[in-house]
Amino acid sequence: MSGHSTYQPQSAFMKWMERRLPIAGLMYSSFVAYPTPRNLNYWWTFGGVLTFLLGAQIVTGIILVMHYTPHADMAFNSVEHIMRDVNYGWLLRYLHSNGASMFFVAVYIHMARGMYYGSYKEPREVLWILGVILYLLMMATGFLGYTLPWGQMSFWGATVITNFFSAIPLVGESVVTWLWGGYSVGNPTLQRFFSLHYLLPFVIVGVVVLHVWALHVVGQNNPTGVEPKTDKDTVAFTPYATIKDGFFMACFCIVYAWFVFYVPNYLGHADNYIPANPAVTPQHIVPEWYYLPFYAILRAIPDKLMGVIALFGSIGILAFLPWLDTSRVRSANYRPLFRQFFWIFILVTVGLGWLGSKPAEGGYTIAARILTIYYFAHFIIILPILGWVEKTKPLPNSISEAILKSSGVSSAAPTATKS
Amino acid sequence: MTASSVEPNRRDFLYIATGTVAAVGGAAALVPLIAQMNPDASTIAAGAPVEVDLGPIAEGQVIKVFWRGQPIFISHRTKKEIEEARKVSLASLPDPQADDKRVKPGKDQWLVLVGICTHLGCIPLAHQGAYEGWFCPCHGSVYDTSGRIRQGPAPKNLPLPPYKFLSDSKIRIGEEDTAKV
Ligand code: HEM
Ligand code: FES
Repeated sequence: MSGHSTYQPQSAFMKWMERRLPIAGLMYSSFVAYPTPRNLNYWWTFGGVLTFLLGAQIVTGIILVMHYTPHADMAFNSVEHIMRDVNYGWLLRYLHSNGASMFFVAVYIHMARGMYYGSYKEPREVLWILGVILYLLMMATGFLGYTLPWGQMSFWGATVITNFFSAIPLVGESVVTWLWGGYSVGNPTLQRFFSLHYLLPFVIVGVVVLHVWALHVVGQNNPTGVEPKTDKDTVAFTPYATIKDGFFMACFCIVYAWFVFYVPNYLGHADNYIPANPAVTPQHIVPEWYYLPFYAILRAIPDKLMGVIALFGSIGILAFLPWLDTSRVRSANYRPLFRQFFWIFILVTVGLGWLGSKPAEGGYTIAARILTIYYFAHFIIILPILGWVEKTKPLPNSISEAILKSSGVSSAAPTATKS
Repeated sequence: MTASSVEPNRRDFLYIATGTVAAVGGAAALVPLIAQMNPDASTIAAGAPVEVDLGPIAEGQVIKVFWRGQPIFISHRTKKEIEEARKVSLASLPDPQADDKRVKPGKDQWLVLVGICTHLGCIPLAHQGAYEGWFCPCHGSVYDTSGRIRQGPAPKNLPLPPYKFLSDSKIRIGEEDTAKV
């Protein structure tokens, strides 16, 4: 969003409009003329994928609400009614439940991209923190949504998660009763969760607007981590980024559709097709896959309050990443040591996720403890020290120089034009 | 802001007065907004005391009843279970409490517990775990035959609901025996 809009209204109507509400100009400068670094790779297409999935969740969600009944006695049956009676109900529900999983796949890749290329560093701290807030809102929304079908996992997942708050000293029990609206998870809980599950996605939309706004103020990072210096370093958002985003989105949808049509329940739990029963806890309570690393951290710690603190801490620490990473070089491409620690960190997180799906006993617990310690050490010890001791590779002078060097051909790629 | 240079002037007064009213009004409005989420009258009414006939519960058996939507365990303990609960040294317990403080006087065989794991609220399974009391399948907490926490992440013993004996074979859960104790 550099400088003034170059938008020139063509028709008389658009000229009339532009003097009253310059929305077309805003769209043009944000999504057409907006200069994007010319070396962006496919890891940069996940923001578009996320926007698409948010839209898809809202559309399928609003339709599900037309057939769903938020009441403890009827919710389970109304979901079965959606699956069996409603025209294409099975499709809409599977799109929604698998859409949530795809949403998390995309957000994890999006976040890992940011960590690899140092996209959280000055001047993108606020952009990054807005992202962490979006991630938290997504986690809350997914959790609330998962209680709605009112199956066994819905019920017991809600019980375990709301009980986190009972770890708060003194007022914990009252807080939990207040969250439940009763003395256990019950109909009042379901109804308020439904209300909030409907609300939060729109809060997410609001924060996405701020996120994109912040992005357009500071500009996109890129694989070199070197800021664009001249027009040669950038290309116009449309058509270059639009087509790349669109193409990849279509590829991503193939994966999404594969889950929906071939293995729609693979990422879910069979127990959730048993109606909620407050008298029986399932043998293994496992949250949705996207929460597993944090669940493993919770269970690794033998103390209740500390376990809950570690769980929230493991997510909260992401917000401090811009200051914990002391290196001034952004991209891991020029940080040989960081690059290795980055991949270890990814493996540790995946390992924690795997342990989170296993029973909390014996060797699993010991492994979870070791990985939990490593997880925190990555942020608190490794990143600050790496910044001091690491010998980074020389940075290119500009994005175009880096491209020319690696491809060995003269620049045939177009520069930012207002075609 | 130019009308009067004497401080504080009337605008300052209006500014502070309006701000105060807004702050107090805002805080007062929060009360109903927050309180509506607490248990409503019908939920509280549904939490009235329940009576349980102990007659059919055989020695060694644990039954589960519901009070306020919470599972209540009633365990008819065997001699062996009572002995095991009594012989452990209190100092070795994470949440020390003597077994005779967890039952009514002269009713050692009847243990009445809120069947909700004090970790994160799952329902523990009876006659399981290293102490053959209860075992919580969620994160592996182990309770003994007195419902006291022995191992695992749960911080506290299984709580005791308020209850009283109406006769030798009948209890009422939800009401404390105020006459005795
Ligand atoms: C950020 C976007 C959203 C996410 C991540 C999300 C996530 C979820 C999840 C995980 C479930 C459980 C699916 C299942 O196991 O069956 C669910 C159910 C549901 N959601 Fe959403 N949701 C989102 C947006 C919405 C919106 C905007 C609405 C309504 C306007 C909505 C309405 C519903 C309804 C009615 C259900 C219950 C039916 C069912 O279980 O399939 N959701 N949601
Ligand atoms: S809820 Fe029982 S051990 Fe966690």
